[in-house]
Amino acid sequence: MSKGRFGIHGGQYIPETLMNAVIELEEAYDYYKNDPDFNRELTELFNEYAGRPSRLYYASRMTEDLGGAKVYLKREDLNHTGAHKINNVLGQVLLAKRMGKTRVIAETGAGQHGVATATAAALMGMECVVYMGREDTIRQALNVYRMRLLGAEVRPVDNGTGTLKDAVSETFREWTNRIFDTHYVLGSVMGPHPFPTIVRDFQAVISKEIKEQILEKEGRLPDAVLACVGGGSNAIGAFYHFIPDEGVRLIGCEAAGGGVDTFETAATVATGRLGIFHGMKSYFCQDAFGQIAPVYSISAGLDYPGIGPEHAWLHDTGRAEYVPITDEEAVRAFEYLSRTEGIIPAIESAHAVAYARRLVPAMGKDQIVVINISGRGDKDCAAIARYRGEDIHD
Amino acid sequence: MIKIADAFLSGKAFIPFITCGDPDLETTAKLVRAAARSGADLIELGIPFSDPTAEGPVIQEANERALRAGTTTDKVFDLVQELRRDVAIPMVFMTYANVVFSYGTDRFLQNCAGAGIQGLILPDVPFEEKEEFDPACKAYGLELVSLIAPTSEDRIGRIAKEASGFVYCVSSLGVTGVRAEITTDIASMVQLVKREKDIPCAVGFGISTPEQARKMAAQADGVIVGSAIMKLVAKYGREAVPHVAEYVKEMKDAIRF
Repeated sequence: MSKGRFGIHGGQYIPETLMNAVIELEEAYDYYKNDPDFNRELTELFNEYAGRPSRLYYASRMTEDLGGAKVYLKREDLNHTGAHKINNVLGQVLLAKRMGKTRVIAETGAGQHGVATATAAALMGMECVVYMGREDTIRQALNVYRMRLLGAEVRPVDNGTGTLKDAVSETFREWTNRIFDTHYVLGSVMGPHPFPTIVRDFQAVISKEIKEQILEKEGRLPDAVLACVGGGSNAIGAFYHFIPDEGVRLIGCEAAGGGVDTFETAATVATGRLGIFHGMKSYFCQDAFGQIAPVYSISAGLDYPGIGPEHAWLHDTGRAEYVPITDEEAVRAFEYLSRTEGIIPAIESAHAVAYARRLVPAMGKDQIVVINISGRGDKDCAAIARYRGEDIHD
Repeated sequence: MIKIADAFLSGKAFIPFITCGDPDLETTAKLVRAAARSGADLIELGIPFSDPTAEGPVIQEANERALRAGTTTDKVFDLVQELRRDVAIPMVFMTYANVVFSYGTDRFLQNCAGAGIQGLILPDVPFEEKEEFDPACKAYGLELVSLIAPTSEDRIGRIAKEASGFVYCVSSLGVTGVRAEITTDIASMVQLVKREKDIPCAVGFGISTPEQARKMAAQADGVIVGSAIMKLVAKYGREAVPHVAEYVKEMKDAIRF
C-alpha cells in the first residue's frame, strides 16, 4: 500500500508531473512540524492574528429550548476571516514560505478558504491566485470582492458544473503548470498525501481546545461532537483529539441538498461509493461508469462530490457517524440559531445545528453536546433571503 | 497477436489520440480507420471522463461532448471490438483511474483483452500507485504505460526499470494542449530511460506541427498528438475524417528520417 493511507483510503493518485512536488512538501512538513521555531511562529499567528483560542460557548437558550443535553458551541466563526479555514491556511502559507515559495494558489467554494488564503498571502507577502467556480462567484459575490481587496487574483472556473470540484481540478491543473515557485494551499482534508494529514494537523487545534475547555467547564468529556462535512476539514479538526475517546460520539453532517433520494444532493457517504478522484481513494458521488456526479447543496462550501479519506475510514470503522441534512433543515437551523442565540452561523455550520435539533431533545439533561460553528453566516444572508423568496442586494 | 512493440518496429512511431464518442462513436470508428490508413502506428483511444484533470481545454471539451452524446465505457468496448475486424495496429486506452476502478478493475481489463486492446495509460496513476492496476494488467496480457515528466528527475530510472509497452515522455509542465515551443531537454530524459531499460519512448503534450514532431522524433522513438487532432474534430464534427486523415499523413511523413 502506498503512502498516506487511512485504511484503504487516501494515497497519491496524481500526474507524474506533481509527484516530486508532493514529495518535497511531505519532506518539508515532516521537518517543520517538529521545528520549535516554526511552531512558535504558528502559535503566535494563531493567537495574536487569528484570535485563538476560539470560545467554547454554553448555549443556554438553545439548551433550554431543546430540553435535552447541554449544548456548547465551538466558536470558530469568531476567528479572523470568519471561519476555521484560517487555521489551515496560516500553517500552510507559513510552510510554503519556509520552503522558499513566493506564490500560493487555492480553490474555494463558499469563498471562505479563498479569503483566508488571500489574507495569509497578504500578511506574508506572497502572490495569490484563487480559483472559484463561476456559479460560486455569483452565489458568493461579497467574498470575491474581499479576495480582490486583499490583493488576490480570482479566476472564475467555467468548466464542468462551475462549482467547487471544478475549482479543485483547475487549481491542480495550474499547479502542474507552475510548480517551482508555487504552493497549492489545499483547503480541506482531501487530495493526495500529504494534504489530508497536513490539513488535519493544522485543524486539530479545534478539538485540542474543545477538550481543554470542556474539561475546565464541565470536568468531563462531551457525549457527542457535531460538525458539518464537505471535504471535512472542520469536522476532522473537531473530531481528531476525541478519536481515542470511544465514549464521545463523532457525528458528521453532510449536505443532502434536496434530499438523498434526489439527484440534487451532495451527501457522499449516504449516496456515494468507493472511487479514485482528486488524488485520493475515498467515497464519491458518481454514476455507474465512474463519472463524477454534478452534486448540489445550498451551501457552496459543502457542494463537493467526495469526502476526505480519513472520514471515509472513520465511517468504515464505525468510529464516526455521517448523517444527511437537507437544504430546508439547514435553512431552518440557520434562522433558529440566529433567533435563539443571536449567532448567525454559516449555512455550512447550520447543517450541524440542524442535526443537533434532532439529537439533543432525545438525550439526557446530564449529557453534553458540542457543535462546531465552523464559520459565520454573513456571507449567506443574500442566498438565504433568496431561498425564502426575498430579494436583497449583497 | 498484436503488440505495442509492433508500433516501433519500422522507424519513428506516430501516435494519434482520439477521444471516443466526440462527436459520436460512428465518427470515432471512421477516424480510427482513417488514421490507421494514413500511417498511424498506434492509436490512443480516450475513454471520456467527467473531470479530466490532466487535460487542457481542447480535450476537456472533447470529453464533455462525448459524454453529452451518451458515450459509456461499455459502448467504447463495443467500438473497439468492431474496429478489430479490420484495424491491425496496436490500440491503447487513455483514461482516468476512476473509470477503470469504478467499472471493476478486473472486469475492465478482462474486457480490454477481449476487445483487442494492448495497453492502458492512466495519467492520474503515478509509479507509487501502479500496484492498484499493474498486476491485473499483467494477468490479462495488457501493458500499463508509465509516464515521465520534466519534473521527474531522479525518479526516471526507477520508473523506467519497471516500465512496459513504451514510456510516455511528457514534454512540458502543465496539461495537454498545443504549445508554441517545447523547451524541455527530451533527449536527456530519453537517455535516462534507455540507461535503465531498452524500451521505446514516445513524446506527448504540446506537439501540433510537423516541425515540432520532427524535432521530437529525432530525440525519441515516437510522437503522440492529441489536442491538435481533437481541435480538428471540434471544428469539423462528423466531417472531420478527411481532415484528420490528411493531418496524420502529414505528421507521419514529417517523422520519416
